[in-house]
Amino acid sequence: MSTTDLIIVLVQAGILVNLMLVAAAYMVLAERKVAAWIQNRIGPNRVGPWGLFQSFADVIKLYLKEDVVPAAADYKFHLLAPIIAIGVSVTVFAVIPFTPPVDIGGTLYTLTMTPNMNIGVLAVLAMTSVGVYGVALAGWSSNNKYSLMGGLRSSAQMISYELSMGLAIVGVVLIAGTLNLVDFITWQSENMWLIFLQPFGFILFLITALAETNRAPFDLPEAEPELVGGYHTEYSGMKFGLLYLAEYANILASSCIMAALYLGGWDAIPFLDDAAILGFPATSIPMVIIGHVAFLTKAFALVFVFIWIRWSLPRFRYDQLMNLGWKILLPLALANVILTGLGVYFFN
Amino acid sequence: MANITSNTEAQRLTFWERIYLPEIAKGLGLTLKQMFKPKFTRQYPEERWIPEGSYRGRPVLVQEEDGERCVACGLCSRVCPALAIEVRAAETEKEKERYPEKFEINMLRCIYCGFCEEVCPEEAIVMSKDYELVFGSQEEAIFGKEKLLVPVAQLQERLEFLRQWR
Repeated sequence: MSTTDLIIVLVQAGILVNLMLVAAAYMVLAERKVAAWIQNRIGPNRVGPWGLFQSFADVIKLYLKEDVVPAAADYKFHLLAPIIAIGVSVTVFAVIPFTPPVDIGGTLYTLTMTPNMNIGVLAVLAMTSVGVYGVALAGWSSNNKYSLMGGLRSSAQMISYELSMGLAIVGVVLIAGTLNLVDFITWQSENMWLIFLQPFGFILFLITALAETNRAPFDLPEAEPELVGGYHTEYSGMKFGLLYLAEYANILASSCIMAALYLGGWDAIPFLDDAAILGFPATSIPMVIIGHVAFLTKAFALVFVFIWIRWSLPRFRYDQLMNLGWKILLPLALANVILTGLGVYFFN
Repeated sequence: MANITSNTEAQRLTFWERIYLPEIAKGLGLTLKQMFKPKFTRQYPEERWIPEGSYRGRPVLVQEEDGERCVACGLCSRVCPALAIEVRAAETEKEKERYPEKFEINMLRCIYCGFCEEVCPEEAIVMSKDYELVFGSQEEAIFGKEKLLVPVAQLQERLEFLRQWR
């Protein structure tokens, strides 16, 4: 890799990390708006037109808040936990290719932090596992029983659902025959979106993604009525802000991965060759813009689904959660892998 | 405890209900429909609610052209369960007539029960529609006569309500 390439990648990474954090901040506003609409209310509308600056107001407020650390807390780990949480969610974004490759002076560029990473899916799985550390550490270092309970629940939940999530991904990996997300999307635009081949796997992935990101109906780690605030009870100021932001960044990351793995990523029209229909060469700039818009539309539609589910369904009980994870989702995911394997064997 | 064999979850629910997903889809459909219904929000500081005559807001003294109706009998002070009212009577020039020299309601104590209004023989203290009560200090929350006296014209709706329903 030459120095120019390195600089390009670094600049891209800087832009993407910032955009992602702003998007995560705006998801808080989206969450409040959708919640309000579902409850026949209007939602935040005081800061700026349509409440659009609410996110910035929130962030400024968090920065100005006093950073309170409990006297009995382990200060170093208390500080480390939000950093791990946000670091991990940013790292997941590294592998996501946001645009189709664009041809600039004979070289193909993609808007992503790690161009053409051939272990993309594995990296996603690895980083989501590391994500448990942030939450568990936050709960443990606070030295508060509620926080500890939240952290423990979160670890148990994430470890249980990771298995089903991995197995759901195995289904699509078997069909596409690659771990590279760019190849994944290329395969889908050449053949068909994987949601049509793996509808069952998609539902499994959606459910496990809800559990992995600690979202309702699986938001037991922060179940307000039982655990006050769960693992972030003892956090305040921007440390709390980072944990909160990491949560939303995880949702965005899951949505992007689902869009890339199942919904054809930047492929705008399913089953058909986009470039031929729209009349642009496949690696030209208009195609890249269309592809980027298509990708973001899919990702944010899935974010909406996450929020919509949160405000529709009640929380699971802890034993129900574990039963669902181990007794239902895991066998179903295994069955999905076996059936997919047989299908791939007989059709190829 | 004996094993329960009747009315279990498995018997109550059909197969499709037990696999949850169709029911969840139904629930999601319901919330999606709610999103497009008209909103109930009132944009408060711009859009204020005007209560009906039956509303029990801040208690006020009725003021006629020639001063207050109150004759300082002290019944309101006596009946007040929160001990919020203090009345001190003084004689007027007319024979056998008194007026309140001092009439104070501690709005931090007032519970808006309306007993003072109910017990008043002269219809001199009534509940108004005023519900926006903000104080900067405890002293400010003690309303004297200058804040309590309200012209009778503004209280017509409440007085009519009282005559009709009491």
